[in-house]
Amino acid sequence: MPAAVITAENLVKKYQDFAAVDDISFEVQPGEAFGLLGPNGAGKSTTMRMVGAVSTRTSGALNVLGLDPDRYGPEIRAQLGVVPQSDNLDMELRARENLIVYGRYFGLPSRQVAARADELMAFAQLEDKVKAKVDDLSGGMKRRLTIARALINDPRLLLLDEPTTGLDPQARHILWDRLFRLKEQGTTLLLTTHYMDEAEQLCDRLVVIDKGAIMAEGSPASLIRRYSSREVLEVRFGSDRNAAASARLEGIGDRVEVLPDRILLYSDNGEAALVRITELGLRPITSLVRRSSLEDVFLRLTGRSLIE
Amino acid sequence: MTGTLVEASARRDRPLGSLYAGNARSVMSRGWRATRSTNWLVVVSGLFEPVFYLLSMGLGLGALVGTVDGPGGTEISYAAFIAPALLAVAAMNGAIYDSTWNVFFKMRFSKLYDGMLATSLGPLDVALGEISLALLRGALYATGFMLVMQVLGLNLSWWALLAFPAVVLIAFGFASFGMAVTSYMKTFQQMDWINFLLLPMFLFSATFYPLSVYPPVIQTLIQCLPLWHGVELVRSLTTGAVDVGLLWHVLYYLVMIAVGLVFTTRRLRALFLD
Repeated sequence: MPAAVITAENLVKKYQDFAAVDDISFEVQPGEAFGLLGPNGAGKSTTMRMVGAVSTRTSGALNVLGLDPDRYGPEIRAQLGVVPQSDNLDMELRARENLIVYGRYFGLPSRQVAARADELMAFAQLEDKVKAKVDDLSGGMKRRLTIARALINDPRLLLLDEPTTGLDPQARHILWDRLFRLKEQGTTLLLTTHYMDEAEQLCDRLVVIDKGAIMAEGSPASLIRRYSSREVLEVRFGSDRNAAASARLEGIGDRVEVLPDRILLYSDNGEAALVRITELGLRPITSLVRRSSLEDVFLRLTGRSLIE
Repeated sequence: MTGTLVEASARRDRPLGSLYAGNARSVMSRGWRATRSTNWLVVVSGLFEPVFYLLSMGLGLGALVGTVDGPGGTEISYAAFIAPALLAVAAMNGAIYDSTWNVFFKMRFSKLYDGMLATSLGPLDVALGEISLALLRGALYATGFMLVMQVLGLNLSWWALLAFPAVVLIAFGFASFGMAVTSYMKTFQQMDWINFLLLPMFLFSATFYPLSVYPPVIQTLIQCLPLWHGVELVRSLTTGAVDVGLLWHVLYYLVMIAVGLVFTTRRLRALFLD
């Protein structure tokens, strides 16, 4: 078996007394798309920074591309592509110049960087924005330019910290398509996200992180199997009647979850569950049968509270 | 086994460890591109400030003052007395513009250094690149001003040729120290303090009159400040009153450069590579 691209063992990062990352272990294999999933403040970005060799760990072992990031920062960073959470494109430079200048930071020869920049502008579907000011690009374009910039050194590992946060649906789909192509070309991806659909689209494997610790690990499908049912039935009886109705729903499906605005019934057959509800004489205002998603897993594992 | 081999070869040729990748020029060339495309007019406008001072004070006020005692004790025109001081100030200002406000913006708002330090660059590359750029701006202003001095006949000696490396040294000192101080600043209010301190230093560092007008205590205080060393060094060179004592001024700047580089590098590492 080829050596893992990333190996983290009992990784801990503390800021004063607060453990942002609290004893996590995972492995990422070459060519894999691996996701870190979790609510805000779960420790995803801190983990990314340690893997990206821009943050030192408090304890535990970490190996990235065969090297220890605390000792070989520049060597590791030379082989990484980094897409940070918020765009930090160089606003004083034009679009293509951003790629050229960034490539030079890696000490790559000008000619090589220029050729690569043209390829990547095409890859990012920004051929007609070569001379555009960064400020004039849309959010999706900026994001694609940031990804193109991260690829200028032909990295062995691409780190993406919430790549599509803040983008509209169309821009997200374009971006997913680009990332999927990279995956097909064999680039190893490590990405954080709190979008479940994104994780399902892109990740071969993922860990769910909450409060600095790993709650679950596996492929999206296996996590859904383990922590949820095949289907979910969502019914609404009106805000003030949901609680009363839920008492009568016990026994239908595997599990009942009462939210302020609706009731979720986890069941292998959502339609059958709906039939049983109507047989009980209950008349939901709306009902929806859907496939179970990572969102259900995520909410079950991290708790249904709003995390500030 | 392979791990150790890779590690051994990876660490070769890197005496400063992960602080320096030997690629400060990429940071400089970035700055050059950015200046060329966005704010070269602002940069050029800075050339005129010391010239205006020279014209108003040196020629205008100088007509009232007449001649003064130069460094060697010879009588020189008032314009020839303040011109070298303004030359040192030009170098200082050029270096300070880039190494304070511009650095502050890049560090706190545009996140430029986050991006740079996610590559194989080290903090010393960033520090050296940015400081070199700032010092180039200082050197540019000083060169422009020296030409004006030459045209007005205010370079009184061939030693004035050495004023050029001297102003580069001065610009280097202020750029290095300025970036170090700026890297510790967190708010605009703190940044304003830099300007608040620079103005009196500009006015009182024997720029417009000899140090001897002050009582001894104040003299000592002024002699601790960097600009005084710059003014003395450049004035001695342009008026030709050269002696070995000038090396103390050079040493002062070398220390300033070193201290600035060390603190800037440490601070960048603490901020962006925690």
